[in-house]
Amino acid sequence: MIVIDNVTKTYNLSGNPLTVLKGVSFKIDNGEFVAIIGPSGSGKSTLMHILGALDRPTSGRYFLDNQDISTLNDEELAAIRSQKIGFVFQSFNLLSRASVLRNVTLPFIYDYKTPRAERLAKAGAALNAVGLDEDRWNHLSNQLSGGQMQRVAIARALVNNPGILLADEPTGNLDSKTGEIVLQTFGKLNEDHGHTIILITHDPNVARFAKRTIEIKDGQIVLDKLK
Amino acid sequence: MLYQDLLAETFFSLSSNKSRSALTILGIVIGISSVIAMISVGQGASKDISDRISSLGTNLLVVMPGSQRQTGGNIVRSGSGSATSLTLEDSNAIKASVPSIMAVAPTISSRKQVTSKGQNTNTSIYGIDDQYFIVKSVDLAQGIGITTAQVSARAKVAVLGPTTRDDLFGVDADAIGSKIRIWSQEYTVVGVTAAKGGTGFGSSDDLIYIPISTAAQYLTGSQSVSNINVEAASAKDMAMVQAGVQALLLERHHIADSLSADFSILNQEDLLSSASSVAGTMTLLLGAIAGISLIVGGIGIMNMMLTTVTERTREIGLRKSLGANASDIVAQFLAESVSLTFIGGVIGIALGWSAAYAIHYFSSLTTAVTWSSVLLAVSISALVGIVFGYYPAKRAAKLDPIEALRYQ
Repeated sequence: MIVIDNVTKTYNLSGNPLTVLKGVSFKIDNGEFVAIIGPSGSGKSTLMHILGALDRPTSGRYFLDNQDISTLNDEELAAIRSQKIGFVFQSFNLLSRASVLRNVTLPFIYDYKTPRAERLAKAGAALNAVGLDEDRWNHLSNQLSGGQMQRVAIARALVNNPGILLADEPTGNLDSKTGEIVLQTFGKLNEDHGHTIILITHDPNVARFAKRTIEIKDGQIVLDKLK
Repeated sequence: MLYQDLLAETFFSLSSNKSRSALTILGIVIGISSVIAMISVGQGASKDISDRISSLGTNLLVVMPGSQRQTGGNIVRSGSGSATSLTLEDSNAIKASVPSIMAVAPTISSRKQVTSKGQNTNTSIYGIDDQYFIVKSVDLAQGIGITTAQVSARAKVAVLGPTTRDDLFGVDADAIGSKIRIWSQEYTVVGVTAAKGGTGFGSSDDLIYIPISTAAQYLTGSQSVSNINVEAASAKDMAMVQAGVQALLLERHHIADSLSADFSILNQEDLLSSASSVAGTMTLLLGAIAGISLIVGGIGIMNMMLTTVTERTREIGLRKSLGANASDIVAQFLAESVSLTFIGGVIGIALGWSAAYAIHYFSSLTTAVTWSSVLLAVSISALVGIVFGYYPAKRAAKLDPIEALRYQ
């Protein structure tokens, strides 16, 4: 469960303070599928960085599963990312010379409580959940199509069963048809497996796949509605 | 991060850029192998020198006559060793009254023309007693050495060095029982010494030994000796024996001031330590020259790692988003650079070892690869990996994950 309480973020650009988030508050329950939508420069990327424990708010509180993580140091934030958050990026960020299975098992290097023997089984389960055919699993990731790459990236994000999947413009590098398949994959993961999914996008057509939309403009929430 | 994961990641990233890794390793291979080969040449030389010195005998002091002192107005001095100030009586006195002595062997040496049937040579004749072969570690290849009975009987017998035997009777001929003539006296060959190696002037293979009493009577006609070899009971007695011999001879020769002594004492330890310090300096010099190539190899590693960090900025961002903290990133990049140097080190040791062998094989220069030089090379290569890999690794670890993920 996520609780964002009056979060602000101010950047200090060579002496000129720039406030990107101006007091944002919302709550996301486990199992929700939320789209955070806004034009570029609205502050949605900054919000994603804070939600993803990549950055700290200037003021306000961020509770993740009842733990205040707005004041943690870099190492503690790394541990939070490792255990509780799975990222999906616009440009996939797969290791191009590594096989699909190697890419998907990558999070276990940093979240190493899972025994090495169980990693491949979990990676297989994640790849099945995103619907990637088994005959592709030993391909190098740069031999796949864009849609397949993004599904591998999603499998990587959920392989160690984090609380939240955080997807930043996941369809930005895909054509509309493959984009739709990827978005349906998110929907299915939310529906069938109960994963909490937060989708960050500028595109209302992408946002409509989510069950709830939070719209952000000039660093403030202007709309928060359920479908 | 588990170490198995660290190893797997390191292997993966080094093998996904094989040619670059191989070239970087090559730099280290050249550095390490030249360090090993160069040090082996230096240490071989120092081993050679100390072997030769200790082949002359162990715990040995050599008392030599000093320059000739003349009383009165004449102050013309002859060269050192020319005096006839040491006598057989001095030798006997040393044996009788200086403690901690194992053996005393005086020699009378002289260079003479020697003939056998149809052959002749000019070589050193050493008049020795039965102790000499023990003190100087001379082994016999054939026959017998000089015995006490021969010394007291002034027997006309000779023991030949192998080179002299070859010169007089032909290579590896059986010379025992043959006759040779030295200064119109006939001697019977009773033994041949084993080859000791060493060539040129002062070779212990090219000479003839005869009883010291025979030499005194027929060759020099006097009781003065060329030198007295004194073997101390142990290495730690050397200084004490040297002081004892010095005091005794000063007293016997009625000299009050040790600076005007008419003899000098050569200590084998002194010779060994000055020779080995020269060889040590040479080893250091050779090692330092080779070390420069190792540093160049290390800079090659740093260069590659910096390029790698730049190229893999997004990967670093991704790893951080997956939960890698700064120490994980440092460990990963450091493991890569240390592996490069370690692999380079292992190959370099093999290559350097072969090079040392090749140098020995083709130039007959003595080379010695010691475990300490191998250990040195391994630790230097690991150190190079850490030192030159640390800066790039630290740079990677410092990257801000958000910036790194945006990097194009």
